[in-house]
Amino acid sequence: MAEFFQHIINGISVGAIYALIALGYTMVYGVLKLINFAHGDVFMIGAMVGWYVARWTGESRDPSIPGALLVTLASMLACAILGFVIERAAYRPLRNSPRLNSLITAIGVSFFLEYGGQYVFGPNPRVFTVLPRHPGLHVGPVSLGYVDVVTVVVSVVLMFLLQRIVFHTRMGTAMRAVSYNSTVASLMGVNIDLVISFTFVLGSVLAAVAGILYASKYPSVQPLMGLMPGLKAFVAAVLGGIGNVPGAMLGGLVLGLAEQIVSGYLSSSWRDAVAFGILILVLLVRPTGLLGRGEAEKV
Amino acid sequence: MRRILPSLLALAALAACKKQDQGSGMMSPNATGPIVIGEVGSMTGTEATFGLSSANGIQLAIDEFNAKGGVKGRRLEVKVLDDQGRPEEAATAATRLIASEHVVALLGEVASTRSMFMAPKAQQAKVPMVTPSSTNPAVTEKGDYIFRACFIDPFQGYVGATFAHDNLKVKKVAILKDVRNDYSVGLAKNFIDAFTKTGGQIIAQESYSNGDVDFKAQLTNIKAAGPQALYVPGYYTDVGLIARQAREAGITVPLLGGDGWDSEKLYEIGGDAIVGSYFSNHYSPDDPSPRIQEFVAKYKKAYGGQVPDSLAAQAYDAAGMLVDAMKRAKDLTGPSIRDALAATKDYAGVTGNITLDQNRNPLKPAVVLKVAKGGKYEFVTKVYPEGMQPESGSGGDAAAKK
Repeated sequence: MAEFFQHIINGISVGAIYALIALGYTMVYGVLKLINFAHGDVFMIGAMVGWYVARWTGESRDPSIPGALLVTLASMLACAILGFVIERAAYRPLRNSPRLNSLITAIGVSFFLEYGGQYVFGPNPRVFTVLPRHPGLHVGPVSLGYVDVVTVVVSVVLMFLLQRIVFHTRMGTAMRAVSYNSTVASLMGVNIDLVISFTFVLGSVLAAVAGILYASKYPSVQPLMGLMPGLKAFVAAVLGGIGNVPGAMLGGLVLGLAEQIVSGYLSSSWRDAVAFGILILVLLVRPTGLLGRGEAEKV
Repeated sequence: MRRILPSLLALAALAACKKQDQGSGMMSPNATGPIVIGEVGSMTGTEATFGLSSANGIQLAIDEFNAKGGVKGRRLEVKVLDDQGRPEEAATAATRLIASEHVVALLGEVASTRSMFMAPKAQQAKVPMVTPSSTNPAVTEKGDYIFRACFIDPFQGYVGATFAHDNLKVKKVAILKDVRNDYSVGLAKNFIDAFTKTGGQIIAQESYSNGDVDFKAQLTNIKAAGPQALYVPGYYTDVGLIARQAREAGITVPLLGGDGWDSEKLYEIGGDAIVGSYFSNHYSPDDPSPRIQEFVAKYKKAYGGQVPDSLAAQAYDAAGMLVDAMKRAKDLTGPSIRDALAATKDYAGVTGNITLDQNRNPLKPAVVLKVAKGGKYEFVTKVYPEGMQPESGSGGDAAAKK
């Protein structure tokens, strides 16, 4: 029975990371209807910048909590700029062209970051140590990593914060307006460029946080690290209902739990097959995802 | 006809290639340019230290031979291609070296999976290939042009099992292997065979796939089984992460592994979690043998004080073995070098005396190393194949009292 609880705990901690990445995915999609495939790579850049800043400030030699916060802030800032630049340079010129063009561009940006990253950073994994080492908590036979606790707390807090921004601020109202109908929103005086830039910056900042936490949990940072988590987070976002913030959280957790249960009781070789199998099943039964709502046709 | 034309063109192109190949294979005996040896290695990627160390070892050996006048009056040159740790790239690199660089022989790869991708290309072109460190038996089974300079996994599995049984005195061992890696799967199997023969028990077997970063589910199951040691025959990046997560999961027993652990990155990634674990390896720079100490001194001098890991030592031996065969060969064609290589007997390598058996595999001793605080690998013991006597001058004899 102890193993079962341990698998559940492991699943939640993996799921929280997926959820954190999925939040950024889902938000950009919610506003732009664009699947930003480069999100996983922004996440990689977040971790990479974190590695450099940590080395520069001496955080990687002597980790401390304030130091970790500083590293996270620096990486958030770097990713915010990156998100802004990506939107400005790659997506904005295509905003009025067919959606497929933006999708292909997103894949292009993703490759650009991955292989540009290999060129700039080199393909060798670097060891990431930012948070102070801690043996973790042991509750009876069940053990709980300290990074896992931080991850779960941070992702829940960010989810509520995001929900608050989207539904209770002027910017959030503008985001929803653009999402509903950007032409009408601009007629009503909403600055669309600003809203979309803001969405990208926010999404990239979330990716940076996820990157730092992921790298703290799995301390090996390399340019292709964003590939698989990015895909999984995409699955999580679709699973929960893409465009829906709590849905991303739910999707992440479901995926994380499913993976750990499969690895634990079946075989780790089946893990990814099951993850993507779940996606297909959910889409067959509920095409809009677990929490997604079917959109009324705009006439 | 329209359909036939492209295939005809392709045929013509093929014929042209073939001709070129023959040109290089039938190297005229009085050629004077440098002799080019091809090397394929993972110079980048998650196993980058494997490729880099090997390249250093090979270069050191080749430089020494050149200083002594080269082979048959000609200089030696190494052409290195990076495969980024990808099997397909290794095969492409081998093809490229053979077809466009006209190499007389190939050195590489370190990883068994990648060597197995290279081997058919070498075999087909009749270019002898010597892998310095691929320990999976299947590698040399790919053909009679494929050789190696290291011991094979059945022996390494035996060393791990013997050490667990005799030195650690454990009876229950769990296994965590990489199912997408021929080396890992083979080593796990050989360990299990040898360990159950000593009367030990394998109480849990779990697997992961190369590139995974989360091993918690498997480790949770392993912890529940309550092993006295955990055998992880993987590569250092994965093992480092596994060690960390094992300690987080509350597994406190030592980890055991094979030569895939050998990299300074192991400690960088694993940190204190990996301290106190053991792995079998080809040699130890701490071995007091004069042969080894001389090599360590030369290597340090050439590479700014860097201590050679076993990949470097093996590569040095592989290059030495190959050049030794080239000197003995009647000419520098593939078949002649192959025959000379196959006849290798008592070649005095750094990692031991190398005599190839009929399957082109050497019989050599192995060492067991312990990961100590600060990432140093301490020499624990040396294990000889059953029936083999410690060779004179290769040292470490004191440790071989077993």
